[in-house]
Amino acid sequence: MKIPELEKISSQVRRDIVRMVHAVQSGHPGGSLGCVEYLVALFFDKMTHNREFNMDGENEDLFFLSNGHISPVLYSVLARSGYFNIDELKTFRNIDSRLQGHPATKEKLPGIRIASGSLGQGLSVAIGACEAKKLNQDTKLVHCMCGDGELQEGQIWEALMYASAKKIDNLIMTVDLNKQQICGSTEEILSLGDLNKKITSFGWKLVEIKNGNDMKSVLNGLNSAIELTKKENPVCILLNTEMGYGVDFMMGSHEWHGIAPNDEQLKLALEQLDETLGDY
Amino acid sequence: MDNIELKDTRSGFGAGLLELGKTNPNVVALCADLTGSLKMDAFQKQFPKRFFQVGIAEANMMGIAAGLTIGGKIPFTGTFANFSTGRVFDQIRQSIAYSGKNVKICASHAGITLGEDGATHQILEDIGLMKMLPGMTVINTCDYNQTKQATIAIANHEGPVYLRFGRPKVPNFTPKNQPFIIGKGIKLNNGNDVSIFATGHLVWEALEAAKKLKEKNISAEIINITTIKPLDKKIILDSVNKTKCVVTAEEHQKLGGLGASISQLLSEELPCPIEMIAVNDKFGESGKPNLLMKKYKLDSNNIIKACEKVLLRK
Repeated sequence: MKIPELEKISSQVRRDIVRMVHAVQSGHPGGSLGCVEYLVALFFDKMTHNREFNMDGENEDLFFLSNGHISPVLYSVLARSGYFNIDELKTFRNIDSRLQGHPATKEKLPGIRIASGSLGQGLSVAIGACEAKKLNQDTKLVHCMCGDGELQEGQIWEALMYASAKKIDNLIMTVDLNKQQICGSTEEILSLGDLNKKITSFGWKLVEIKNGNDMKSVLNGLNSAIELTKKENPVCILLNTEMGYGVDFMMGSHEWHGIAPNDEQLKLALEQLDETLGDY
Repeated sequence: MDNIELKDTRSGFGAGLLELGKTNPNVVALCADLTGSLKMDAFQKQFPKRFFQVGIAEANMMGIAAGLTIGGKIPFTGTFANFSTGRVFDQIRQSIAYSGKNVKICASHAGITLGEDGATHQILEDIGLMKMLPGMTVINTCDYNQTKQATIAIANHEGPVYLRFGRPKVPNFTPKNQPFIIGKGIKLNNGNDVSIFATGHLVWEALEAAKKLKEKNISAEIINITTIKPLDKKIILDSVNKTKCVVTAEEHQKLGGLGASISQLLSEELPCPIEMIAVNDKFGESGKPNLLMKKYKLDSNNIIKACEKVLLRK
């Protein structure tokens, strides 16, 4: 798909995110907005995937969201790419909805293969799916997105160690490096240090996307990462993003990690985001 | 019965897993650096591609197991009961139970009979932790034969299972090829005065107690509760309808164990006096398993005392 088209989709996904979070007055807009280009690039361009959802996902690329709180962006991208009707986005976080606050499998929402929300668990699950693909001689890839703050969880480092030791080379882990977490910046809460060095010293190949909110950079970075797979090493993308990207008053701080815009703020936000594909 | 063979339940697990390796190509196994203790060596040797040594990283193991189900595998995780439950409760809760994944959590060295290693390793809270999780099946087997059969049976059950067994060599008294039916208790004898519902290593103690009770003209009905969740309500209610009093016996905390499940059932459906043989709000300690069983009042003598006490309360 061409870049302008992917950018159009991104704008609509951003509208979906702020509208969903506004409608229920809860949810996590900041991280969701920051990851739009990446998820749109994956689901609309890079992944081979089947909209007729089946849990095992054999012979298709799989995506796992480990930082489940950015569910709004995932739900919008799943709906917009045809997993379910966009009208269902209205039900986000409401009672009897398949769109739980954090992704879940119990309600059988197409596109969701694991519950996530309690942080640090998704990378291990993705590795398990990689091992299953290897056993099944399925050559497709597994993608896993983690938040940068999430890397403070110890289980992530167990998984990082395993993936290189066991040559999990059908895996791309993407770290959303927005440098923010609930209580402040990652630097001030618990510094991740030199993440590039840490992850490469764990035996991973690494691609850094300097501007994760620029579609061209994201596509190039993803191409480079995909090139590095199947060569005995797991691959990590450090995706530099801006929390709240696309809505000026949500950018540049951790404040919009987990709060919803009020009516006036919604209006201001939507003025900055073109309705390219029609609101749900 | 006097020359009965002694065997460890964990070896039953190893034997069952090996058989599954041969019969079910979807079965895979994961271990967190305790292959020998869990008796998983034979599976590892025969099916190296289907065996995942994850190192000392149980949280990662549970996640990888959950992921392996996506692609149709049936993962069996193996480590000590403490590291299979308490250490990884949230991983099991979110990635396995809530996600509805078909993972078999196989846990050895459960309870106080782990012995000399002491309380850090003697988990007595695992049944409670696991039975609280929606959709989790909880099984506690009593001997080698039953553990082997249960291991084989859980592969054919869709959904998460916690299979609990132990370290010491104990009498191997159940029939060799008795099929294991999840959710079914097994009546070991008929009795009229008191129902003894026992699980795990305490089943043998209950049988020993019943012999001595018979000498005292007390007729005890022994029922082996192999599956703590879902509980076999029918076998429990049928027995209690006859005996009108109950002793439960388990190698676990009283709070949250089998006794708690049975007393909940009976308080709802058939109130009657109950005495519980279990550890009462204490951690264990180092020592020989048989001495610990005595000290913590988990042996046949204490089951006898509990029966006598509950009969007076009828």
